[in-house]
Amino acid sequence: MIWNFETFGSNPAVINQNGTTVSYADLLFASDRVAQHIPGRCLVFNLCANETGSLLGYVSFLNNRIVPFLVEAGLDSALLASLLDTYRPDFIWCPSRMASGFKSFRPIYHDFAYSLLKTPYNNEYPLYEHLALLLTTSGSTGSPKLVRLSYENIQSNTSSIARYLNLSKTQRPITTLPMSYTYGLSIINAHLYVGAAVILTDKTLMQKAFWQQLKAFEATSFGGVPYTYEMLDKLRFFRMDLPALQTMTQAGGKLSPELHKKFAEYALANGKNFIVMYGQTEATARMAYLPGEKTLEKCGSMGIVIPGGCFSLIEDDGKEIDGPDMAGELVYKGKNVSLGYARCGEDLSLGDERNGVLVTGDIAKRDADGYYYVVGRKKRFLKIFGTRINLDEVERMMKTAFPDVDSACAGKDDLMFVFLTDDTLHDSVRRFLAQKTGLHFSAFRCQAVSQIPKTDAGKTLYKDLARYYEA
Amino acid sequence: MTNIEKYNKVFIESFAITESDLKSLEYQSIEQWDSVGHMSLIAGLEDEFEIMMDTDDIIDFSSYVKGKKILAKYDLEF
Repeated sequence: MIWNFETFGSNPAVINQNGTTVSYADLLFASDRVAQHIPGRCLVFNLCANETGSLLGYVSFLNNRIVPFLVEAGLDSALLASLLDTYRPDFIWCPSRMASGFKSFRPIYHDFAYSLLKTPYNNEYPLYEHLALLLTTSGSTGSPKLVRLSYENIQSNTSSIARYLNLSKTQRPITTLPMSYTYGLSIINAHLYVGAAVILTDKTLMQKAFWQQLKAFEATSFGGVPYTYEMLDKLRFFRMDLPALQTMTQAGGKLSPELHKKFAEYALANGKNFIVMYGQTEATARMAYLPGEKTLEKCGSMGIVIPGGCFSLIEDDGKEIDGPDMAGELVYKGKNVSLGYARCGEDLSLGDERNGVLVTGDIAKRDADGYYYVVGRKKRFLKIFGTRINLDEVERMMKTAFPDVDSACAGKDDLMFVFLTDDTLHDSVRRFLAQKTGLHFSAFRCQAVSQIPKTDAGKTLYKDLARYYEA
Repeated sequence: MTNIEKYNKVFIESFAITESDLKSLEYQSIEQWDSVGHMSLIAGLEDEFEIMMDTDDIIDFSSYVKGKKILAKYDLEF
């Protein structure tokens, strides 16, 4: 068991956007009822939104050894259909307003505006005994590649986060990230672990109602990806009077040093905490954090390893780096390192393929005081609005959708460049990518080129394209 | 270009839509007008009209129609 809801009884676990609350005791009662409608351990698709029903399903499944796959309720329906076909879950738990969209599935229970639907599938694939949860990895490019997490993964990362953030039951975080996203989920996990109340809202920073809720419910913290902090800066956040707000956390990609400094200075001047963190879904969520009191001194750093974890830096030849300020690939060890990936239903029976070691794909260095800095990436992916997008995967999607055009993808965080040999397709390519990834089309820029530069062996020469986006 | 033409142009460019879509447009009524789209819309309007909008106006800017009323505060007539 990850949580002890009994301990917190009548404390509010959830505050809804209309101000109603659900206590820990009520949440426990409701979650037992959901589980009573599921005969045993099996796979459930949990279609997530930041509302009580979604959280109820998640805690019910985890507490009762039912394995949920968390996926955004707003996912493109063709992608969802293909995931359903790949993994064949026994049930779907979704917002009741969506239930009629699944005509062939039978509704058997509903609570908090969520419905449990029975699919025609029954334990199609055996589940590894320690498998607890499935999350998507490379954003929402529709890739069926999922991260397999164990009960121990969640337990260890949750308690570690609660410890280094000093969480207590007086906290009231407000949601700013989807709960199907590892970072958003880790905030929920860690606060339920200490008996705090999570404010669930579907409003965004760009809506008046969000700020009204944040003030009315006296939110004490929120998390954000780099883009969130750009929005806050744009909203002239530093001028707002938010006396209840104590802590802001940041993850999901590297914040620009300028913005890091701005928020660090704001936090120090206003008696608040600004905590930069580092993690991956493959490590359940968190691997490092920069303590609030070091945020200005170590501006630009991703911090130090979380309690219970261990970092090493590895050179190309496999040797471990000892000295300071030398770059190498960051390798993490800890109990929160996921079991591995699943690419198809059969993979759900796989055991632990990583044995607690995660090669992150990030290139980092460590300063003389032991603080880590991300300086590059080994793998070809971008972080777009906090979501990891695999560039090779996008190239494959492009090839399938636009077979007659040669294309290549590269770019920088929050801005992907799609290089095309046909300049009439720019609008349709951007629309296609926005639809398939669920990301805003402004994240994609098309650049016409006479040809895609390639080696003799036919491999794309990405360094020849870098001048377009490295300005 | 008149103010309304400029106003429409920023919407059309920010969201890749056509003029006929404008009148009923609200925040989150189309996929492109999410929080990211909202940032580019506001930045586009600020550039186009050479104004700096207040926080309250940025977060209150919830529809095409309402936006015109909000911009009236910045001495813009439509």
